[in-house]
Amino acid sequence: MEITLTHYLVLSTILFSIGLVGIMRRKNLLMLFFATEILLNAVNVGLAAISHYYNDLTGQLFAFFIIAIAASEIAVGLGLLIVWYKRTGSIDLDTLTSMKG
Amino acid sequence: MFEVISFYLFSFLTIAMFWIAVTSSQALHALSALAAGMIFISGFFFILDADFLGAIQIVVYSGAVLVLYSFGMMFFDTTRDIVEREVNTLIPSVLSVLSAVMVVLIFMAPIVGDNIISHYPVIEGAGNAQQVGMVLFTKYLIPFEVAAIMLLVAMIAGIVLAGKKMDKSLTLMRDEEIEIMHERDRKAGL
Amino acid sequence: MEMLLYIALFSPLVGSLFAALFTAQKKTLIAGVVPSALLFTSFVASTLLLIQVLQGNTINVELMTWMATGNLYIPFGFVIDQISVTMMMVVTLVSTIVHIYSIGYMDHDKSFNRFFSWLSAFVFSMMVLVMSDNFAGLFIGWEGVGLCSWALIGFWYHKESATWAANEAFIMNRIADLGMLIGIFLVYWNTGTLQYAEAFAIMPTLDNSTLTMIGIFLFIGAMGKSAQFPLHTWLADAMEGPTPVSALIHAATMVTAGVYLIVRSNELYDLIPNVGLFIASLGAFVAMFAASMALVNRDMKRIIAYSTLSQLGYMFAAAGLGAYWVALFHLVAHAFFKALLFLGAGNVMHAMSDELDPFKMGGLRKVMKGTFIMMTLASVALAGLFPLAGFFSKDLILEAAFAEHHFIIYSVLLFTAGLTAFYSFRLVALIFHGEERYKIFGIHPHEAYKFMLVAMSPLAILAVIAGSLKMTYFEMVTNLLPATEYHIHSHTTYWIMTIGTQLFVGLAIAFAYKKYIGKVKEDKEFEKRFCYKVLFNQYYIPHFYDEYIVKPYRELSYIFWKQIDLKIVDATVDFIGTSLYKTGEVTRGVQNGNLSTMLKWMVAGLAVLLVLAAMFTLVATNADFLLSVYHDLGA
Repeated sequence: MEITLTHYLVLSTILFSIGLVGIMRRKNLLMLFFATEILLNAVNVGLAAISHYYNDLTGQLFAFFIIAIAASEIAVGLGLLIVWYKRTGSIDLDTLTSMKG
Repeated sequence: MFEVISFYLFSFLTIAMFWIAVTSSQALHALSALAAGMIFISGFFFILDADFLGAIQIVVYSGAVLVLYSFGMMFFDTTRDIVEREVNTLIPSVLSVLSAVMVVLIFMAPIVGDNIISHYPVIEGAGNAQQVGMVLFTKYLIPFEVAAIMLLVAMIAGIVLAGKKMDKSLTLMRDEEIEIMHERDRKAGL
Repeated sequence: MEMLLYIALFSPLVGSLFAALFTAQKKTLIAGVVPSALLFTSFVASTLLLIQVLQGNTINVELMTWMATGNLYIPFGFVIDQISVTMMMVVTLVSTIVHIYSIGYMDHDKSFNRFFSWLSAFVFSMMVLVMSDNFAGLFIGWEGVGLCSWALIGFWYHKESATWAANEAFIMNRIADLGMLIGIFLVYWNTGTLQYAEAFAIMPTLDNSTLTMIGIFLFIGAMGKSAQFPLHTWLADAMEGPTPVSALIHAATMVTAGVYLIVRSNELYDLIPNVGLFIASLGAFVAMFAASMALVNRDMKRIIAYSTLSQLGYMFAAAGLGAYWVALFHLVAHAFFKALLFLGAGNVMHAMSDELDPFKMGGLRKVMKGTFIMMTLASVALAGLFPLAGFFSKDLILEAAFAEHHFIIYSVLLFTAGLTAFYSFRLVALIFHGEERYKIFGIHPHEAYKFMLVAMSPLAILAVIAGSLKMTYFEMVTNLLPATEYHIHSHTTYWIMTIGTQLFVGLAIAFAYKKYIGKVKEDKEFEKRFCYKVLFNQYYIPHFYDEYIVKPYRELSYIFWKQIDLKIVDATVDFIGTSLYKTGEVTRGVQNGNLSTMLKWMVAGLAVLLVLAAMFTLVATNADFLLSVYHDLGA
């Protein structure tokens, strides 16, 4: 029995779906950020696996950049979250309805 | 054999950890599960010979990001349970499973699988970090610099956004004081 | 030479644009004087061109390329030859006189400036029409005069009847113009060019049925513009416009454009004598038909309008018989005396405070001596008494008909000559002779301004002497037109015919005088007769059109409006609008501003896209299999 690329891709997909579930059911903004981290990591696994099985470094580099992006996203996102919390005293998603059409 | 065992072990662990991270009603549990999941992910990277990426994963995610989250959580009142008002969990589940199945289907289809061509093959006789460095500082130099600038910008933005009114602590203020402060902010258009 | 051509052509346009500058202002004399002066310039240029043409020089210039696509090449080209220079002389001369006359006639009208703008624009269009060297340019002029005619008939647009008449004229002309356009298309289709010279050079090689089609369709256009039966009703109604307009457009120039077209296309009509015979027969019929309506009418301007119609019939009769130069000669002579007659009628109208019924006039001879003399002269010319213009031109038509052995046409035209004399002098007798009936209505007639009479005098002179120019004219135009001289073989016959015609006309005049010069009593018995009623109601043709064309059309339109437009077209458009609106109403729930819901929608969209992508990959990977299934099903 050998582990193939497909195994990794299926794993990556499963992790991604878990992330999607989290995105949809979390109402707490901080928890929502956790879910996005899961999504990004799921993709990273897929990229690294493809890189390995095709002998191509591009996948690893993409994962590398994704980590960079995730880091900056968290920095800015948490900053905004703190500002929002200071203003409203809540980080509940349902209170964020100023975009109501 | 070692590879197979470790793959399934890590798979089980990451899935379990992430599942806890998205379903737990305790913020602290969720955070801990997430941290664990991240570390287990780096295990995959080591299995896949991406040592450098694995190291980065541990350093950036488990180190920087989660520390950042922990600090962030101190601002919020996370001691109480997170009440998720969502009762209908059917839609999220169906949509996620559907997406997952579709992605798998697409990956399985030969039209995608057969069309991947190796542009930057792994260089023989060099360590992983060395290989990554060689490609990163030649072909991907400009994206790398852009990413660096982006990180700088994000850092400044984080400091500016979170640093406002650092001298005030909502947890130490009385409710009236908070109310007055909010009133003032609203007038100032913040 | 070319400079003269451009001066002759563009002076009226400049005049029109100049007058147009003042249209929003109160009456300014300069808006009338400048266009008149420019028209006089145009007249002088035309005269100089005429001298050139008399010396045997013709000009053909190309101003610029208008259209050049593929094989189609249409330039803005102009030609000065014997035919066009004749028309130019008529147009510029009559329009100059009418312009000067109008300065007096429109004196009290608040839209004085607008009038001159349109009138000069008309002259420009007419010049384009007659000077163009191709069918496309002719058509532009053709539509231009139609537009100006519409604007001038409906000049007093506050009057319901004027706008109605203007629209009627325009719509009737549209119908005919469709025929004309088809004719032009056929010319291009079959010859590949619209230049007169080239097209006519190719025509003899075409087969007869094609030529007949072209001839008929072009003639339909001519019928509309020259108000031939059955499209004649608009001309009489067009008399709603100011009288100078009637004189210029609806007597001297625009309505003769149809004749000009036939004369210009003489090479075509020579090839199809059957169509020519039809034109001649229709012309003769219209001549008598219109004259008969003029006999009993009680509207001065309409009588003259019917007379115009009748004379146009004469011209078509001549043109149809192949006597193109005779038709053109009658056109010229007719332009002079008919314009004179109309301008005289305008004077009378002014004097009588716009009264048009000649039965309410009478005895105006004493107060309006100048007008009386000129209108009598014009009537004598119209009746065709020796030695005035009408005698030469009309007698030639009769001779042509006789010499070509079309005796029915000849006798109809001869009879019509009598009718013409009768109704012309009925009008003269009723207006200028007999007792002064206008006194009952408390009207104080006065003579028109002196300068108006002076302006009219060249027309009077020409109406008298035009006949003597016959030989010069003949030599000039026969360079271009078939030079058929119509000689009656025996001298005796010729003299009997001429003197007989003169006597017949003379008798008709005498009868008219006898009947209308004394006390005119209302002949109730006569008015009850069938034939009077038929004539007075214009053969019930307008009534017929109204009943069987206009009303059904209106009803059909109403049905289309109610059933198709409202229930299908509008409903469809409304449905599109309301469905979009409803979609918005329903889907605005999505936009509730809740990020969580939005994320759910985002994931739903992702799922849909993934399903599509999966389907695509499945189809693409199994393409061969699916194709074979498809073939099994289809074949």
